[in-house]
Amino acid sequence: MIATHLPVLLILAPLLGAVLAALSRNGFAAWLIALVASALTATFSLALLWRVQAEGVISYRLGGWAPELGIEYRIDAVNAFIVVLIGIVAFLTMIFARRSVLAPERIAWFYTMMLLCVAGLLGISVTGDAFNAFVFLEISSLSTYTLIALGRDRRALVAAYQYLIVGTIGATFYVIGVGLLYLITGTLNLGLIVERLGAIESSRALIVAEAFIVVGIGLKLALFPLHAWLPNAYAYAPSSAAVLLASTATKVAIYLLARFLFTVFGGHVDVGQVPLGSILIGLSLAAMFIPSAAAVFQNDIKRVLAFSSLGQIGYITLGLALANPTGLTGGLLHLFNHALMKGAAFMAIGAIVLRTGTAKLDELSGIGRTMPWTAGALTVAGLALIGVPGTSGFVSKYYLILGSMEAGLGWLAILIVASSLIAVLYVGRIVEVIWFREPALAAREASEAPGELLLPMLILAGVTIYFGLDAEWPAGLASAAAQALLGVAR
Amino acid sequence: MRLDVVLHVTTKFILAPLLLFALYVQFHGDYGPGGGFQAGVIAAAAIILYGLINGLGPAQKIVPVGLLEVLIPGGVLIYLSVGIAGMLLGDNFLDYNHLAHDRVHGQEWGVFLVEIGVFVTVFSTMIAIFYAFAGRRRS
Repeated sequence: MIATHLPVLLILAPLLGAVLAALSRNGFAAWLIALVASALTATFSLALLWRVQAEGVISYRLGGWAPELGIEYRIDAVNAFIVVLIGIVAFLTMIFARRSVLAPERIAWFYTMMLLCVAGLLGISVTGDAFNAFVFLEISSLSTYTLIALGRDRRALVAAYQYLIVGTIGATFYVIGVGLLYLITGTLNLGLIVERLGAIESSRALIVAEAFIVVGIGLKLALFPLHAWLPNAYAYAPSSAAVLLASTATKVAIYLLARFLFTVFGGHVDVGQVPLGSILIGLSLAAMFIPSAAAVFQNDIKRVLAFSSLGQIGYITLGLALANPTGLTGGLLHLFNHALMKGAAFMAIGAIVLRTGTAKLDELSGIGRTMPWTAGALTVAGLALIGVPGTSGFVSKYYLILGSMEAGLGWLAILIVASSLIAVLYVGRIVEVIWFREPALAAREASEAPGELLLPMLILAGVTIYFGLDAEWPAGLASAAAQALLGVAR
Repeated sequence: MRLDVVLHVTTKFILAPLLLFALYVQFHGDYGPGGGFQAGVIAAAAIILYGLINGLGPAQKIVPVGLLEVLIPGGVLIYLSVGIAGMLLGDNFLDYNHLAHDRVHGQEWGVFLVEIGVFVTVFSTMIAIFYAFAGRRRS
């Protein structure tokens, strides 16, 4: 019975967990529920991947209603890949989230929101219905606003409000675009939209729909000029919420963009006269250089990592823009690898903040002497952000470079390497301060992070190195996903 | 002499019809416009009106904050349980066909129960939002 219901069980586990966590009204009980729910989610996601690999596309009809009338969950090689990523990262984050620094009466609500966010993100990934994706987008966004606002710093409220405004604009643009698609095709099911778009030559409504959807999702994934909300949101959110957001939230938005660009608008990549592919390459390049350069001048390590995330998103969207199998594999693989390395990095910062109470770089000199494991995980994640051989970041950038060569854009390959040099600067600054400087007061008084923080952190850091040496599993998944996306486009 | 006596008396008159109308909208949802969401808002409006006239304290005596914190997730739990019941009876999630002796009654029961869940969550969320704003003090 469980096997047939896997797609919906994946959503039900965190959703039911969220409700029970809210009802428990006790911090520890809520954490336990969150841990069990996310462990189930991770298990279901792996089982789902296994089934997709064995049987191909899986369709699940909610309420037994066939598509057009009802909502369909549709899982292929692309969403199975994303779902596994979310499931595993969410589970590791819940282990990490045991040490909360919130007021006691708020802890149960915090886990409720974490689980709701996971449920929303998984929902966007599995649904085959454009409007249902919007509903899940709102579930994950609303819980994200709450999570950010729960940060200890009062600036968290401003950051949450800023994201609330921008996120709502993004979601509204998306739903306007979906409305226009409904106008043209008369259906909200993605599969049926694709079928019926084939018969439509070119229509102004389609062009407008594509523009609205790309800009709307662009806001949610913090594509370069639409990114202003992200650094503050990541910097002031509670540590474990920052881990979850940095490694999953933008990634799911990227998945949604890929789904629309390749599957839905497969034949119409240009918005009217505007070549969308070239624009996306330009914006990705801008993201790879400008926010990365800004990262060099930040003092708060969380902000350094947040700006670096913006740069790394550039590499992923570059993979989407290249739109050839190798480039797209590189983009999706970087999505996967970046989620793991950024998760490790934000966990390390969370542990440092827990022990020292600060994330300011100049107060953390020599922290590596008293917190060697944490600083080690941060260093590994940093090296992977640069793309040093032997870390997972190298493999995905290598694919991207191959992809640019294949597309006949050799200069892009040079720019990918050049932008990685900026990462050397900001990672180098962190590494120099935490390892080579004389320990400051904060570092001398700190002790190594507790085990439940170290365990998920070291798993992610270890996996980052492992996938740098043996990338067969993630690269295989990414390549299958890329083929599934491009197969429809052809 | 209290100047707001008119407000107090009319509120008392309105409250009962308001709640009754909420129930009408709730159960009429099967046949026409209406349903759990609208009914929840109307019922919450009754409590909010009471709070506006008599103050936050008396309103919280009728619907305490602790109760709200149970009702908000409670409504979602009702909704989910109906969906899961469908799964246990061998259908897909939220498929109500086997909830009663035949399909039509099954669907009727399913929607009826789900709408109760919607009512509970919307009702309590509306009041919670009102309490949150009304409870703010100028700092």
